[in-house]
Amino acid sequence: MGDGDIAVRVEALESILVEKGYIDPDALDAIVDTYENDVGPRNGAAVVARAWVDPDYRQRLRDDATAAIGELGFGGRQGEHMVAVENTPDEHHLVVCTLCSCYPWPVLGLPPTWYKSPAYRSRAVLDPRGVLADFGVTLPADVRITVHDSTAEVRYLVVPMRPAGTEGWEERELAAIVTRDSMIGTGLPVASGPS
Amino acid sequence: MNGAADLGGMMGFGPVEPEPEGHPFHADWERRALALTLAVGAAGRWSIDASRHARESLPPAQYLTSSYYAIWVAALEKLLVAHGLVAADEIAQRRSRGPGEPVRVLRAADVPKVLAAGSRYERATGEPARFRVGERVRTRNMHPTGHTRLPRYARGRAGVVERVHGAHVLPDANAHGAGEQPQHLYTVRFDARELWGASADPALTVTIDAWESYLEPEGHPVR
Repeated sequence: MGDGDIAVRVEALESILVEKGYIDPDALDAIVDTYENDVGPRNGAAVVARAWVDPDYRQRLRDDATAAIGELGFGGRQGEHMVAVENTPDEHHLVVCTLCSCYPWPVLGLPPTWYKSPAYRSRAVLDPRGVLADFGVTLPADVRITVHDSTAEVRYLVVPMRPAGTEGWEERELAAIVTRDSMIGTGLPVASGPS
Repeated sequence: MNGAADLGGMMGFGPVEPEPEGHPFHADWERRALALTLAVGAAGRWSIDASRHARESLPPAQYLTSSYYAIWVAALEKLLVAHGLVAADEIAQRRSRGPGEPVRVLRAADVPKVLAAGSRYERATGEPARFRVGERVRTRNMHPTGHTRLPRYARGRAGVVERVHGAHVLPDANAHGAGEQPQHLYTVRFDARELWGASADPALTVTIDAWESYLEPEGHPVR
């Protein structure tokens, strides 16, 4: 990466903005704390686990994902207009933002580096099976893949299929196997334990 | 604009490198870059669309050789200068020459409330939607010099309307301070062979979210 002396540059920029009275340094800490410790993919995992155990909730998630996610207390910046897309035995969903880094922050937190990378953004819409192979995921050739390019303020959450062997599991146990990648579409939850 | 950010369908970037959950930042400056961008953005001097355009209009060589938060930093510096909040030489010399002008400052106590509230982009226009679910449409073949959210790979292509979202703020206008000019927003589904040709995966479809002015009824002559 050609970032050079970026750390020094950002530190200088912060000093300039503080001196000019444009920012409250404590607000910066609060923002970082929110996305490092509070808002992350465990939120989305709780949504998916609820959808797995509660058919009525699953229907509400289909009908109005923003409201259904809000029922669990999640919402806000970069999740104002949510759509949930459900994997089935016939169709697998994958989410990308080819133009920038649009990502459903309230349910997944900040995007991982690979989600923002040219490698992912360029290839997800052209060769999603190749991208999935990079994640060690192989789908049967007859499973349709739908790639959602997040080109507006609509944010997509993939609801993966509940794996076999999880019958009778508690909602909390189910949430533990719902990975971030499985809610982007680059992974699949497995019953053998958290990955 | 046809900038380097419009990456869909490009080749040669190599494999995707997965990473474990739970580490959104890889250096402390990345934490500050994110927080600065959000905190200054809360002053309300520019829109999220203007922010995106500032990033996406960076010179292609710079865009493609910068890490993502470095792109954010470059765009933030550009916006601060363009809006007269910081002088270009202050950025270059890395020091402030004096106090700034009054702005709405995001206070730490308000951060949870502001982030949890977000800001909705749907607007009530009273205008009926031109297209309906299931209707065949074609994206326009357009190459605007300003901001747009219609990726190059999906221009001039026929697809089917899958969802109608109501009227949303139009980034193409809002990015340039031309007002929100809300338009109906649609999810449009394309067969991969329409996008990538006969050799494309026959079991692949791609959706984009497209504003009404990006679309025309299929059958209309493509300009």
